[in-house]
Amino acid sequence: MASDIVHVTLLSIFVSVSATLLASVMAVPLGTIMGLRKFRGKEVVKTMTYTLYGFPPVVAGLLIYLMLSRQGPLGSLNLLFTPTAMVLAQMVLVFPIVTGLTMSSVSEVAKDAKETAMTLGASRWQTAKTVLNEARIGVISAVMVGFGRAIAEVGAVIIVGGNIKWHTRVLTTAIVLETRRGNFEYALMLGAILLSVALLVFFVLKRYQDKGVKM
Amino acid sequence: MKGNIALRGQSICKSFNGETVLDDLSISVSRGELLAIIGPSGVGKTTLLKILNGLLEPERGDVYFMNRPLEFENDRDLEARRKMALLSQEPYPLLKSVWNNVAYPLKLRNKDDIEEKVADALEHVSLLDFSDRKASTLSSGELQRMAFARATVFEPDVLLLDEFTAHLDPYNISVLEDAVDWYLNEKNAAVVMVTHNLFQAERISEYTAFLFDGEIVERDRTEKIFDEPEDDRTQAFVNGEMVF
Repeated sequence: MASDIVHVTLLSIFVSVSATLLASVMAVPLGTIMGLRKFRGKEVVKTMTYTLYGFPPVVAGLLIYLMLSRQGPLGSLNLLFTPTAMVLAQMVLVFPIVTGLTMSSVSEVAKDAKETAMTLGASRWQTAKTVLNEARIGVISAVMVGFGRAIAEVGAVIIVGGNIKWHTRVLTTAIVLETRRGNFEYALMLGAILLSVALLVFFVLKRYQDKGVKM
Repeated sequence: MKGNIALRGQSICKSFNGETVLDDLSISVSRGELLAIIGPSGVGKTTLLKILNGLLEPERGDVYFMNRPLEFENDRDLEARRKMALLSQEPYPLLKSVWNNVAYPLKLRNKDDIEEKVADALEHVSLLDFSDRKASTLSSGELQRMAFARATVFEPDVLLLDEFTAHLDPYNISVLEDAVDWYLNEKNAAVVMVTHNLFQAERISEYTAFLFDGEIVERDRTEKIFDEPEDDRTQAFVNGEMVF
């Protein structure tokens, strides 16, 4: 049983951290550009991004399932019922959250920080870096919220992962299974582990929030 | 060398939402010269400074820095911008200590001797003891002094001051005016100061220009502008008789 718990915990961390990191690598630069730049249709893009905050996990799971199933466009990759499929599903959920919250945080400081950096001789790249550093509390909060969405998610990973023991079972899907079996104590213990994992990751991210980026 | 034109705006036009703010305006400032631009609120003084600094592109006209036209595309003429500084009325403290704020422009330029230069800049505005303080905890006067140190630590050839002592107490105004005077003479810089404080213009500037209706109505030695202006509008403004 102990090895079961260790496996589902480590897989949970791997899937959700990977999904958050991969989504953030794309979402933070995109949110920064959207926060800094004025462009035609910006309000429409913003509204769409905010709407996707509420994207139902089961729908995300279904879409990834259809893409990865044998008849789907990516069926030949044989990714269905693998941790990679679970990472993809969670990325779909995390991406709009990190993009939208990064955009809001950057917009808040953009005008003053951008102008200050430029009047002091910053290049475009240095300006973007300065603005991002100024908005770091909000940006890291965005990543935290994204991770929170990923680690607590069950609908999408159960569809594309299948909850297969030793292979795609994570903390949330294990809790669902144990609850159905009536093993409430075990399910509660898994819940406590899930919260501890979230706490640990948030603690690490908080340190970056306080330190900032070296210029 | 005093006398060389450091910054020149030629036939500048700028409008916002169809309303003309600057209309075929020309202005220049030489090294070692402090030019005050006076005028009522909302006549485009800040807009003019932003255009001269390369932050804002004019619809027509050119800006020349050391006789070279400023490019407004391609990283907004980084080379020229790095030799100018603009100090605004409400400076923005970056999320750093006072020391790091002042070191920031030097780090952008990969300069050496950062410790020494930062200490020197802070000393000129009596802030050396505040090095480790978070910039966001400073009073508005201290913040403006830090911003002055940050704007001058990289020794720009042109210093643009936008109402830089508005709403400050007499002590901070005095420290900052002394610092401007020191910088002007020590570095032979060209300084353009936008102000609606006529006493300040009279007190510290060698030349004054009156900006009104989108154009420079008159530019001359400060005592001439205040005592014997040639234009009736200038006369009315400096005598406080202009009604807006």
